[in-house]
Amino acid sequence: MKAIVSVFAKDTKGITAYVTALLAEKEINILDISQTLMQEYFAMIMLVDLADCTVAFDVLASHLKEKGAERALDIHIQRQDIFEVMHRV
Amino acid sequence: MSYLLNSSEILQTIEMIDQQHLDVRTVTMGINLLDCADTGMEACCKKVYDKICRSAENLVESCCTIEREFGIPIVNKRVSVTPISLVAASCLEDDYTPLAHTLDKAAAAVGINFIGGFSALAHKGFTKSDLRLINSIPRALTETGIVCSSVNVASTKAGINMDAVALMGKIIRETADIDPMGCAKLVVFANAVEDNPFMAGAFHGVGEPECVINVGVSGPGVVAHALKACKGESFDVVAETVKRTAFKITRMGQLVGQEASKRLGVPFGVVDLSLAPTPAIGDSVAEILEIMGLEKCGIHGTTAALALLNDAVKKGGVMASGHVGGLSGAFIPVSEDAGMISAVEGGTLCLDKLEAMTCVCSVGLDMIAVPGDTSADTISAIIADEAAIGVVNNKTTAVRLIPATGKKVGERIDFGGLLGSAPVMPIHEGSAAEFIARGGRIPAPLHSLRN
Repeated sequence: MKAIVSVFAKDTKGITAYVTALLAEKEINILDISQTLMQEYFAMIMLVDLADCTVAFDVLASHLKEKGAERALDIHIQRQDIFEVMHRV
Repeated sequence: MSYLLNSSEILQTIEMIDQQHLDVRTVTMGINLLDCADTGMEACCKKVYDKICRSAENLVESCCTIEREFGIPIVNKRVSVTPISLVAASCLEDDYTPLAHTLDKAAAAVGINFIGGFSALAHKGFTKSDLRLINSIPRALTETGIVCSSVNVASTKAGINMDAVALMGKIIRETADIDPMGCAKLVVFANAVEDNPFMAGAFHGVGEPECVINVGVSGPGVVAHALKACKGESFDVVAETVKRTAFKITRMGQLVGQEASKRLGVPFGVVDLSLAPTPAIGDSVAEILEIMGLEKCGIHGTTAALALLNDAVKKGGVMASGHVGGLSGAFIPVSEDAGMISAVEGGTLCLDKLEAMTCVCSVGLDMIAVPGDTSADTISAIIADEAAIGVVNNKTTAVRLIPATGKKVGERIDFGGLLGSAPVMPIHEGSAAEFIARGGRIPAPLHSLRN
């Protein structure tokens, strides 16, 4: 299953390193990554493959949320389908 | 981003969900209960309870998983059942209240938010069972928590059953005398639809399959946000913007419906393309009309604005979904829409304007509080007016009135949760008693003869 991980935070050093380490820990492969700054806010969006992920989707979602909160990051993970159906005919 | 998506599209979806109240309003499972008929009330209740629990066992859990995986809230999980007047027709007892208790208990056991179908279809006349059910409504709705009831009193093909209209006025009055909250769970329909996922009017029609999943989407906040970017543009641009937004909202509903259907092993029925407001600020249909350029909802121009909105939502949504059904249009429930409440309290929105608005949008006079001393005849007359609009215009209309017992115009009655709170609205003086007392049936309009 493919999913989109989105990270929102105030821009600080090491956000990408921190989040990618969290994903690697669970055997999640990053397929694509993009990041932008909107004023002082940092937004990172990753397309990931969960084929080898070691934990269930629910567990992963709450793990990322918790770990994100520790560093004041807002991390969401959602299945890719929802974005595709909304924006493509 | 990937070969398909770019980050601005992803951010737009996330923003719709996080800030603009985009949600799936309801995933409703329709369950056929015709095979639960029995001459004994107790046996019938047992069959109904078992079948609901068996069919909807995994409904809530599956919806919760979908919510988490897609990151989209599914606000309500509901069940609609075959109209109970049909299920209980062979019961020998007069009081159907035990069946309402059974529905309530089964709903609690499977963990859903509402259950609909304590209903009767009496548009051409009453069966014995229809009368027994209708007479049980006041007790059934005031003794249960989440059971919803509806009665169809008119159709374009049959005309208006004025005996049913008269009776429903009395039933609403009687229910309000016990507890006005009961009236918030009771809808009187003209041209009721069989696959509506929205409460309080949902029931599982006899033309439906054994079990089915219908989805109701929402999203007034998303439409409002999109229209804010069109300030000063022509109506062509406004209509196009609403269509594009409705497309996105509906696609999301379609995806959720398909996923729920797959997980539950139940066929997918329809997406109901409705803009259903909630009491939350920024999730209001009235606000959309005001963004179009009306100083306040209810002033002259409101009906035209609503007509455009309602039509554009359908046009955008139709392309996004395999099957569209239910009520499909903008809802204007007063108590559930912060903008409508404010317009009523500001004096710009009155019952007559709401009635006009129902000619061009889905459903009808919805969640409207009237003075506590409103007579049964007046309630019946309001129902008759609304049914006439539905019958003549070949559309669904409904009345969900709440006589606010002990309250006068200007006071508020609070329902809590999604049902919100309603300011008591003034009604016209003068009695329609003689009109309502005539009884009989208002014939179907000429254009019902289409064959």
